[in-house]
Amino acid sequence: MRLHISLDDGVPIYLQIVNQIKYLVASGRLGPGDELPPIRVLAEQLLINPNTVARAYRELETAGILTKRRGAGTYVSDKGSPLTRRERARILEGRADALLVEAQQLNFDLEELTQLIRKRAQQFTKEDRKR
Amino acid sequence: MSSSDKSEHPVQVEGLTRRFGKTVALDNVDLAVRRGLVFGLVGENGAGKTTLIKHLLGLLKPQTGKVRVFGLDPIEKPEEVLGEIGYLSENRDLPTWMRVRELMLYTQAFYPKWDEAFAEDLRETFELDPSARIRSLSRGQRAKAGLLVALAHRPALLLLDEPSSGLDPVVRRDILTAIIRTVAEEGRTVLFSSHLLDEVERVADHVAMIHKGKITLSAPLDEIKERHCRITLRFSESRTAPPELAGALWWEGRGQEWTAVCDGRLDALKQQAAEMSAEVVEEGVPTLEEIFVGRVKTGRAASREV
Repeated sequence: MRLHISLDDGVPIYLQIVNQIKYLVASGRLGPGDELPPIRVLAEQLLINPNTVARAYRELETAGILTKRRGAGTYVSDKGSPLTRRERARILEGRADALLVEAQQLNFDLEELTQLIRKRAQQFTKEDRKR
Repeated sequence: MSSSDKSEHPVQVEGLTRRFGKTVALDNVDLAVRRGLVFGLVGENGAGKTTLIKHLLGLLKPQTGKVRVFGLDPIEKPEEVLGEIGYLSENRDLPTWMRVRELMLYTQAFYPKWDEAFAEDLRETFELDPSARIRSLSRGQRAKAGLLVALAHRPALLLLDEPSSGLDPVVRRDILTAIIRTVAEEGRTVLFSSHLLDEVERVADHVAMIHKGKITLSAPLDEIKERHCRITLRFSESRTAPPELAGALWWEGRGQEWTAVCDGRLDALKQQAAEMSAEVVEEGVPTLEEIFVGRVKTGRAASREV
């Protein structure tokens, strides 16, 4: 599990961890029953305050994504990915919002942006076929 | 001061004032550091950070006010207080004629709680040659030697005065790791001063800003971030000076676009922007560094106006 912390993007560090772990679970890179690094280990790896990691883990437990086994570490919940479609959509919504703002500033209307996305998607499929 | 205060706040400073001649180095400083947290003290050179830390160590006696460490007066009970503190000074004043091994033995004699195995672990991790003289060590190695003797008795309170200053990224990483390990062990507390704001932002729970001997802001880091924002405004016409915006700490920009770091909530600022028919083209949370620079600059501008 490799997380990236950025101090410049204005998102609190604990939230960056929460979002990235949610993303890893939603995308299947972290599966049910997988163990997460102990708080101290992750704190040292990311060079951040262990209380911040603890806070992120707590939030993810409350959300049902992680489970703490007493004295035995923190694991991805057995129930499988508890991220609903709604929550997975929320991850994409963040990206979409950023794209919309940028499009607006570059004078692209929604119609042109949608066309651009369709065109790129076709390109993607073509490249996939080549592989 | 109740006993629960003592155990919950290893460091308590009340109304501390210190003058050197005519210079006021500390001006009515109040400070309480909570147990188990990393407390970051930030300020410009000469703001009073080192003077404050020296009071905690009992190296300076309060002229006015009160200093308590673990509920004790460090001047009256130096042994009890210093036995629980690990201290690394900016100048890392180590006996340069000693060898690393001698420095370890020498320091061990002062600390009944010295952990020999841990000291040896640290020496290996820091790649310090036991037979090397302190004098011959590089700047980074000296910092590591200083850190070793500050950590090896597993102090309840770690005091670091500008620990990273002038060091390369590898040694700075070792120092941050030491801070992280210290608080990760239940109940231990770290107070460190730094002008490297990105480091403070990474590891501090609580930040106090000190300016000309006064604490100008002291709050949990999250709270400090929440109450500030950065906003970029676009005006229909070019301006030669930044607009008046209540809460703006500093401005950057030219022509039609101006960016401000503000002390205030975004919605209130947006309303002000709408009133001067400016378009908000970017908004966000400033870094601790931007907040700090903004506050220092505002302080300077204010003192010029007086």
